[in-house]
Amino acid sequence: MTQAHPFPGERPVTPEVVKEHNLNDLEYQRIEAMLERKPTLTELGIFSALWSEHCSYKHSKPVLKTFPTQGPQVLQGPGENAGVLRLPDGWAVAFKIESHNHPSAVEPYQGAATGVGGILRDVFTMGARPVAVLNSLRFGPLDSARNRYLFAGVVKGVGDYGNCVGVPTLGGEVDFAPGYSGNPLVNAMCVGLLRAEDLTLAAAHGVGNILLAMGASTGRDGIHGASFASEDLSEKSEARRPQVQVGDPFTEKLLLEATLELIEQRLVVAIQDMGAAGLTSSSAEMAARGGVGVELETDKVPTREPGMTPYEIMLSESQERMLIVAEPHRIPEIQAVCRKWELDATPVGRVTDDGMYRIRHHGVTVAEIPGQRLIEDVPIYTPVAKESDEAARRRIAEPPGRPPRADLQSALALLLDQPSIASKRWVFEQYDSTVQGATLIPPGGDAGVLRVANTGFGLAVTVDCNSRLVSLDPYEGGKATVAEAARNIACTGALPLGITDCLNFGNPDRPEVFFQFTEACRGIGDACRAFNTPVTGGNVSLYNESPTGAIDPTPTVGMVGLLEQLDHKVGSHFQAPGDRIVLLGGASSGRLGGSAYWTYVRDFVGGEQPTVNLEAEAALQQFLVAAARRRLLRSAHDCATGGLAVALAEAAMGGPYATQTFGAKVILPGETASDEALLYGEDHARVVTSVHPELEEALLQLAASMGVPARTAGTVGVPGGEIVIVTPGGRYVWAIDRLREIYHQAIPRRMSHVDEDRAAVA
Amino acid sequence: MKRVAVVRFPGSNCDFDTLHSARRAGTEAYFVWHRDTDLQGADAVFLPGGFSYGDYLRSGAIARFSPVMAEVQRFAQAGGPVLGICNGFQILCEAGMLPGALMRNSRLSFVSRPVLLRVEQTDTAFTNRYGKGALLRMPVAHGDGRFTADERTLKELEATGRVVVRYFDLDGTPLSETVNGSLNDIAGICNAEGNVVGLMPHPDRAADPAIGNTDGLGFFTSVLSWAGVVK
Repeated sequence: MTQAHPFPGERPVTPEVVKEHNLNDLEYQRIEAMLERKPTLTELGIFSALWSEHCSYKHSKPVLKTFPTQGPQVLQGPGENAGVLRLPDGWAVAFKIESHNHPSAVEPYQGAATGVGGILRDVFTMGARPVAVLNSLRFGPLDSARNRYLFAGVVKGVGDYGNCVGVPTLGGEVDFAPGYSGNPLVNAMCVGLLRAEDLTLAAAHGVGNILLAMGASTGRDGIHGASFASEDLSEKSEARRPQVQVGDPFTEKLLLEATLELIEQRLVVAIQDMGAAGLTSSSAEMAARGGVGVELETDKVPTREPGMTPYEIMLSESQERMLIVAEPHRIPEIQAVCRKWELDATPVGRVTDDGMYRIRHHGVTVAEIPGQRLIEDVPIYTPVAKESDEAARRRIAEPPGRPPRADLQSALALLLDQPSIASKRWVFEQYDSTVQGATLIPPGGDAGVLRVANTGFGLAVTVDCNSRLVSLDPYEGGKATVAEAARNIACTGALPLGITDCLNFGNPDRPEVFFQFTEACRGIGDACRAFNTPVTGGNVSLYNESPTGAIDPTPTVGMVGLLEQLDHKVGSHFQAPGDRIVLLGGASSGRLGGSAYWTYVRDFVGGEQPTVNLEAEAALQQFLVAAARRRLLRSAHDCATGGLAVALAEAAMGGPYATQTFGAKVILPGETASDEALLYGEDHARVVTSVHPELEEALLQLAASMGVPARTAGTVGVPGGEIVIVTPGGRYVWAIDRLREIYHQAIPRRMSHVDEDRAAVA
Repeated sequence: MKRVAVVRFPGSNCDFDTLHSARRAGTEAYFVWHRDTDLQGADAVFLPGGFSYGDYLRSGAIARFSPVMAEVQRFAQAGGPVLGICNGFQILCEAGMLPGALMRNSRLSFVSRPVLLRVEQTDTAFTNRYGKGALLRMPVAHGDGRFTADERTLKELEATGRVVVRYFDLDGTPLSETVNGSLNDIAGICNAEGNVVGLMPHPDRAADPAIGNTDGLGFFTSVLSWAGVVK
């Protein structure tokens, strides 16, 4: 039997206190059985944090196990702070995505800022220098002042943190839909580079080794953040605002430099960020990975205020802290590096041989738990998964008979004015996208591309999710999300290498939510197998529910790809009049289910969506890379949300700072689908490319040899010209400069009164 | 070979970009830590961009008190070339080595985008490799970049040709409000002797053939041919 004493003055552990800690009867019984006694409050807090969904994956583990995680390119798969893939010349890329949804819902600026901070630490703790951040954001529609306030606050929080640390934001996505009104999503991804031999894992080893707390001191902020993230949002959540952590990007920058210097000089055995569940999760996870015990002395932890209890110290989520495991004789050198970066590193515990996870405060043992069982004995749940009748009905429904909001011609302007589709320049102009001087393709293209210094190659990075497709058909939507990410990577000329995922869903105890979760994961897994892009890790965010209901299921996929040579790079936009427009992909399926057109022009979210042909997608990706290697392409742009009309307009209007637009004419003979579907249908495995006339034949031959449907459909027109699409049944004409103006003004015109919005919400 | 000291403050984040750009220009560039007081025989000093000390008080307000800054001031007073980029420009203004101040952007938010700069003054330590009126494309990335000065100072800067670079939009038209609201579209200025220059845009991010832009390289090669005498 283990032994621990209540900390003087702490509340006794009653059924109410257990309930407050989000532990159910089964879980509490397991704890008592494990300890053979009642837990102390400190122990209860530790269990509550580590057995939260956020830390334990107790609802998701069996599903996550179905993901493909192997491949010759995988250097480190799931289970570490970040996944790592091999690159040429002894380089490797570490990357990970994580959510910070709940904190951002109650305090958008700090919630988003600390989300960026956390994901940066996950990457540099592996020994990798962060070279790019991306983010995936979801909000309710911008016609509400509160949504505008959340959107503005999150964007500013993301920007202020990343800008200060000096990591470029290379891409992202922002989507707006009613399902996110009560529960915005903030997913941040970080990509870092390292030499493969510098890879540092977070496993504690070596009995007698010392644990040191490095970085900021510990305050009362963020206590129980991991548990907060594992419950539904409600009116009470506003009261959680003081629990949201506050970020200090300047300290983060110092922590980054100090950590990389410690790793480079081989001064540490292991190192991990004190992220969700702070000192508790970092120490318990490092001990479990190393198969050792640890003993922490909480009275040694530097605190921001006197009188903090061991419970508070263990569960604080104060930001910008790391936990180091080091050999005792290295401590002076470690502290010298920290002093240079104006940081403290304080011994707070040691590695033991008895396998116990023990907390002492001024010599009194306040927690003593078998370390391995603390991590592994969490009950694993397999909730019932069943599609709701409503969802099944919606999938076979047809749009209502009332007239559309716009005719086929003017629908394009209406779509380009939707904040979900329109230019995100208002957003990424607030993010430093060129610091580090390595940016080849900044935000605003299909994927961000950066150069890897002192090598000839580059990396392409993207983050994607089509949550509308996932909500209608989670399996197809999961496939579609990975396929879109891979198409975006391949459009730049880069080869997709692997993914990280951030699985944002509602409450898993509801059968329809767990159905979405399992089916979306099955789709992601199948697509990753087909594309040879293993899952290297990620994050599960459940309980994204507010009084208005669950969010749309949003399994965000972050992907990295290898651009073998920098001059293989392909941009998204047309380059010169007279270039041939070659459409990649087959004839239209005629389906419009889940399309932006039905959503925004027909006010209908539903219907049968196009299926994803994984073989066709894989062939298309390989073709794009092969064509880029032969320098056959002038531009390549993914055809996705909004269909061919939107993709063609985007390719013709140029990048966010283009000084020139182009006309374009496309003729679609022999198609049998409706004009609705030809213009706005969202069939997968399609890309709009442009090619120099002299290379057209070579491009078409290559496509034929690789089994990719391709046809010359038209020509790039004069600067400032017209976009023309001719279908078997009609002819549609738009002035490109007018379309560009609408596309660029959609978000700024809605966000022109940010201060009033803030006042309205306060 | 000319020796170039790149000063690192805690919170500098363009330190490597600046170092590599200076080396690419053919100088012998090295870091000097902000606590050092020895510039190690520098022929030129670069203050890189970033958020020195987090810039929580006011951009550059704390960095000017760093031990190294007294040495940088002496170096400049003796005629040594000093270039401040972005946060480095803010530090030079805070330290009184250049006139005026850099205030919050007029639109109140951080701005990260490409701009064109028109070279207005080529008789400086950092722009003598450019032709007058040359248009250079490079990024800006700052929250506090709105150049402000009192009326007399502004008149003097203009009258004495101390506006070094001015903002233009990518199509060649003046930018006014769209970047940061700087008075007279001023992007960079110099002292009376032309050896101290500060600018908000980033030549350090536009000095590498591998990323397809070398418009900023002249800021780094100019020190090689600067005839200003180091006393």
